[in-house]
Amino acid sequence: MRVLSLACTNLRRHRWRAFIGIAGIAFGVAAMLTILAIVTGAIGMFQRILASDSHYLVFERNVSDLFFSSVTREQVALIRARPEVAAAHPVLFGIVSAPDHPVITCFGVERDDPRLAKAEWRAGRREDFGVREGEIFLGSRAAEFLRAATGDTIAIGRGTFRVGGVFKTENGFEDGGVFLPLDVAQAFFSRGSAASVVLVQLRDENRGAEFKRALEAQEPGVIALENREFNASYNSFKILNFTAWAVGICAFCLGGLGVANTMLLSVFTRIREIAVLRVCGFSRSQVAGLIFGEAAALAAAGVVSGFAIGYALLAVLQRVPRFQGYVQAVIDPLVLSGIVVTAFVTAAGGAIYPARFASRIEPAEALRYE
Amino acid sequence: MSERGETLAIAKGVSKSFDAGRIRVLDGVSLKVHAGEMIALWGASGSGKSTLLHLLGGLDVPDQGELTVCGLDPRSEAHRLELRRHRIGFVFQLHNLIPDLTVEENLRVPALAIGRTAQATRARIDALVEEVGLGPRLSHRIQDLSGGERQRTAICRALMNEPRLLLADEPTGSLDELTGATVFAWMKRLAEKHGVAVVLATHERRFAEACHRIVRVRDGRLEEIAG
Repeated sequence: MRVLSLACTNLRRHRWRAFIGIAGIAFGVAAMLTILAIVTGAIGMFQRILASDSHYLVFERNVSDLFFSSVTREQVALIRARPEVAAAHPVLFGIVSAPDHPVITCFGVERDDPRLAKAEWRAGRREDFGVREGEIFLGSRAAEFLRAATGDTIAIGRGTFRVGGVFKTENGFEDGGVFLPLDVAQAFFSRGSAASVVLVQLRDENRGAEFKRALEAQEPGVIALENREFNASYNSFKILNFTAWAVGICAFCLGGLGVANTMLLSVFTRIREIAVLRVCGFSRSQVAGLIFGEAAALAAAGVVSGFAIGYALLAVLQRVPRFQGYVQAVIDPLVLSGIVVTAFVTAAGGAIYPARFASRIEPAEALRYE
Repeated sequence: MSERGETLAIAKGVSKSFDAGRIRVLDGVSLKVHAGEMIALWGASGSGKSTLLHLLGGLDVPDQGELTVCGLDPRSEAHRLELRRHRIGFVFQLHNLIPDLTVEENLRVPALAIGRTAQATRARIDALVEEVGLGPRLSHRIQDLSGGERQRTAICRALMNEPRLLLADEPTGSLDELTGATVFAWMKRLAEKHGVAVVLATHERRFAEACHRIVRVRDGRLEEIAG
């Protein structure tokens, strides 16, 4: 029988108390896993919208969010004229509302945009995109929640449009979006000739630095970032990630308090028993180790249960029709490791005071008064 | 006992008080414990027997006087730990076994404290339980044992790490007359067989008289009345 085995036996002896501690950690793990998986998935989807067949993203310098970025028609023309550039696709992002749907993402794109070519067309034809006036095209999920089919007329924002076609894309955001020809979107959102971002495909990927230097020298108002660079520096991604970790850590703090409470209760009701361990030759550090062992066992059980709850929750969320497409959980192994470490650190933190208390129990005193 | 063996414990003028000195439990007591002997500390409840056992076993430290147990100074935390791990075994009135654990798991606790190998632990448990007839009860939980079986388990646990001195605090106090006598006999037999000295705190004259020496404890003082 090792110390950990004794720790597990102790937890088994006080099942309900142990269950409460495990539940605290499990909910922390599940909350963190779910939030981070959804946020990572959402960031991934947004990154894929931007990275679609491109090497560089060009957008307005010092802008806090891409939705507020303006790259003018002239700047797009300059980009296209650069010798390093094979293709440049301007995209305008906009948000509109429709009855019962407060937020619908709109994409203003040119008719040769690669995402239209790659999409699986469910109704209508790609060749018709931007041909007829007053037509918009819907991602399949948007068509579903707007209950619209090709030929229908729908009200979006302050405009009324005819649905020219419906297509399915892999990306949940795009699939839940409305696509408009770029000039129609610019007029609809009163953005003049501006695009939010230009997705640049280079002739030679190795000439990226040269392209960036030349473009930024020529047009100081814009910034060109490699996809990887953009992903690492985009503030909205940072805020989302930070928020997810902050919420998760708060959940863990509650879990830690649960462990502390469980362990304290466990120590207070076993004072005589701990005194007997000391009589049998346990040192103070062995007693503390036993308490930390019990906390670690709680954490291990909490992590396993938390992952089970988290994965189940994600599976359910991904199947809820309202969220379908938007929730594309991505579970990064690094995030999983982070959650495991946080769970054990939380449990250890919660066990510090109980372990200290237990290790200071004086056997003679405890046996005399108990 | 005509020839006394090696001196295991020497207490000289040892005093111990509680409640910031207001309750003086031991008042300058002196005692020698030799290897292989069985001493009864005989006296009424509250006379200071348990406190003296706690001092001898390194569970507590004296306020005054000199105390050496198995060559170690119980004033030092490290020495007290060493005493409890390797030199001293304790048996209490209320067995103090860990409930919900089996007999075997309880016997493993002292071995766990000193990091004894699984093989050595197994061998020691087998030898001890065979001697006290607990073999068939090894996998039973403590709450499923009778009072006598519990106390026999406690004696085996006290002997697990092969101590030189067994300190027994009213080990028969919670048992009926017959069971008490049986447990006392087991303890005496085991102590003799394993060459362990025993200091037994008891208020029962019959058990005191079965020991090699009787030391009466009264008002915190010792008086050797037989031996």
